[in-house]
Amino acid sequence: MYRLTGVTKRYRRGDETVDALSGVDLVIEGGSQLVIQGPAGGGKTTLLQMLGGLDRPTEGSVELDGTDLARLPEPRLTRIRSESIGFVFRTVNLIPALTALENVETALVPLGLAAAQRRQQAAEALESVGLAEHRDGLPGELSGGQRQRVAVARALVKRPKVLLADEPTGDLDEDARDEVMSLLEGLWRAHGLTFVVVTHDSAIARRAPRLATVRKGRVAVRERGPAR
Amino acid sequence: MFFTYLRRELRCHAKAALAVALGLALGIGLVITVSSVASGMRQAQGRVLQSRYGLGTDLTVTKAATPPTRGSTPTFDFAGQSGSSARGDDLVTVQGSRSLDASVVSAVTGQSGVADAAGGLSLRVVKADRRFTQGQARQGGDATGVINGQHGFGGYGGVTAGQSGGGTAGQGGGSRFDADDYRAYGVDVSRPDIGPLTSARITSGTGFSAAQADGRVAVVDSGYARRNNLAVGRSFTVSGSTFKIIGVAAASADPAAEVYLPLHQAQALANATGKVSTVYVRATDAQHIGTARSAIQKNIPGTDVTTSAELAAAVSGSLTTAANLATNAGRWLSLAALAVAFLAAGLSTSSAVGRRVREFGTLRTLGWSSGRVVRQVMGEALVNALVGGALGIALGLAAAYAVSCVSPTLTAQVADAPGSGGLDQGGKAVGDVLHIALTAPVSAATLAVAVALAVGGGLVAGGCGGWRAARLRPADALRPADALRPAA
Ligand SMILES: Nc1ncnc2c1ncn2[C@@H]1O[C@H](COP(=O)(O)OP(=O)(O)OP(=O)(O)O)[C@@H](O)[C@H]1O
Ligand SMILES: [Mg+2]
Repeated sequence: MYRLTGVTKRYRRGDETVDALSGVDLVIEGGSQLVIQGPAGGGKTTLLQMLGGLDRPTEGSVELDGTDLARLPEPRLTRIRSESIGFVFRTVNLIPALTALENVETALVPLGLAAAQRRQQAAEALESVGLAEHRDGLPGELSGGQRQRVAVARALVKRPKVLLADEPTGDLDEDARDEVMSLLEGLWRAHGLTFVVVTHDSAIARRAPRLATVRKGRVAVRERGPAR
Repeated sequence: MFFTYLRRELRCHAKAALAVALGLALGIGLVITVSSVASGMRQAQGRVLQSRYGLGTDLTVTKAATPPTRGSTPTFDFAGQSGSSARGDDLVTVQGSRSLDASVVSAVTGQSGVADAAGGLSLRVVKADRRFTQGQARQGGDATGVINGQHGFGGYGGVTAGQSGGGTAGQGGGSRFDADDYRAYGVDVSRPDIGPLTSARITSGTGFSAAQADGRVAVVDSGYARRNNLAVGRSFTVSGSTFKIIGVAAASADPAAEVYLPLHQAQALANATGKVSTVYVRATDAQHIGTARSAIQKNIPGTDVTTSAELAAAVSGSLTTAANLATNAGRWLSLAALAVAFLAAGLSTSSAVGRRVREFGTLRTLGWSSGRVVRQVMGEALVNALVGGALGIALGLAAAYAVSCVSPTLTAQVADAPGSGGLDQGGKAVGDVLHIALTAPVSAATLAVAVALAVGGGLVAGGCGGWRAARLRPADALRPADALRPAA
């Protein structure tokens, strides 16, 4: 469960300062889904960075299951990222030199598994996103949708508590978009994750049980019924 | 994963990796080439000096030069002085006309830092049929004080003067001596391991033994033997004394003398009993050369002490020019090339990290510690550099081999160190021109340096890249890095 209290993130741009987030209070229940929408530059990505412990807020606290990520020393933050948080990005951030399977393996490297076990788990994750036969393909040899599925497998192979996705379908064509989105939703349901997704996809927004709109650094939440 | 990632990355960017490796290879190859050529030149210089002063001579001790008192040509006024003799037909003089008492040898041996010392007597033998010519030549010069002395001996040579004909002895007072004249060297036969003869190779017959201190025996230089039709078993005469040749010696470069005699015989020929011209000194070790030098200078007055380093400075000619070039220009050139290669490797690794901000940022979001990312960057740079090092060693070995194959000939001229009994009566630095083939030996130490340079290059490059990688924030993975900075 996330509890954000008075989170402000201030950036300096030249002489002026920008409050990408200002005084955000937000609770996200464990295992729930939160869809985030909002205009460009509203602060959606910044919010996701706070949730993922990728950056620290200028003010306020970001508690994940009672631990304040804002005050955690870097090595422990790194540990939490490696064990508990999975990311999927808009631009496909696969390592171009590594095969699909090896890309999935990179998520298991910090956990210190034996190589064989690592490979085994990565292969299973690739299979679960339907890419078993592409395990030895390089990212450059895969389609956009396939690449994003590899990224999903990489995010989920370590069985995290939280899945954070920043416009995961933003760069995909329509078919691939549906394919990846339904894959993510299926996995969320299957694994009982906390799933926070930024998307401009109105269809997804419409069926989301809980919808947050981020505008000018402020977050407004609209409940649509029961979580899930 | 470390190695898989490393291998894939290097293969993926093989061209860029090779460019960095080649830069380092060039620098390292140049270092190997230059240092091997330089050591070849040092060896050549060493060979020149060794043939003059013998193996392992660290210092030579000679009588201190006294400031000239009469005119500009102080030497060669041997009339009435000890150290010259005109017995028989030949004129035998101590080279440089400066000799020390033999007791100096034992005094030197007793000094601190001195391991061993032996005396030797360098003589110049003017054949009887040349003596009048010599006198004529002197007369042409301006050393009038000397001419009187010459006249004193003129009576001996007068008989043959008519036969010898015109002045082939050269003008200007004998700055070079004639082909028929030769140098003889008195060897302390009880000390076979020190002095000029140690560097000569006995090509036939034997060297001296300790029992031959008073023997009428001689070892002759191979070149001289060839020119004069001498061989082991034959005899020749110096000033009426007959010597049997027991050995022929080949000097590695420039022979110290044409004829080697037991010291006592040499002393007797020159009328210089109990005298030596040079004391050859071996220091206890290289660190003590300075100690030995100052001890001798302090405790044995009237002597000049010359170190092997100073002897080396007396070598001139293209060998020396080339050696200076190799050790100065060559060293700077290879250091500059190396610095450029290091810089290029560092910059290109750092810019490669810049291009991979998103990749490394992504790894950070996956929970890779910055240390793990830095290790990966360092690993890639190190492998690159080692490949460069291997190429560089191959390059350097090939270049050194090429130099040894071509084996360019260099010339060297040994100027006699001050007071060491020179060829030149006027004290000018003139010696025989030697031709020495250059080789470029590559030592294990050079190769070790090359490997160290490769590792160093890798560390520099990896350090540059790693420093940049360590400063990446995981948030950079989500946006292209731009100039925006968080407000604390
Ligand atoms: N590193 C940074 N330095 C300075 N300003 C930043 C930085 N990151 C974001 N900002 C600014 O903070 C504000 C919020 O940015 P953010 O990326 O969170 O918006 P967003 O809602 O994700 O926009 P988009 O829909 O375009 O992705 C913007 O005005 C942006 O310019
Ligand atoms: Mg964004």
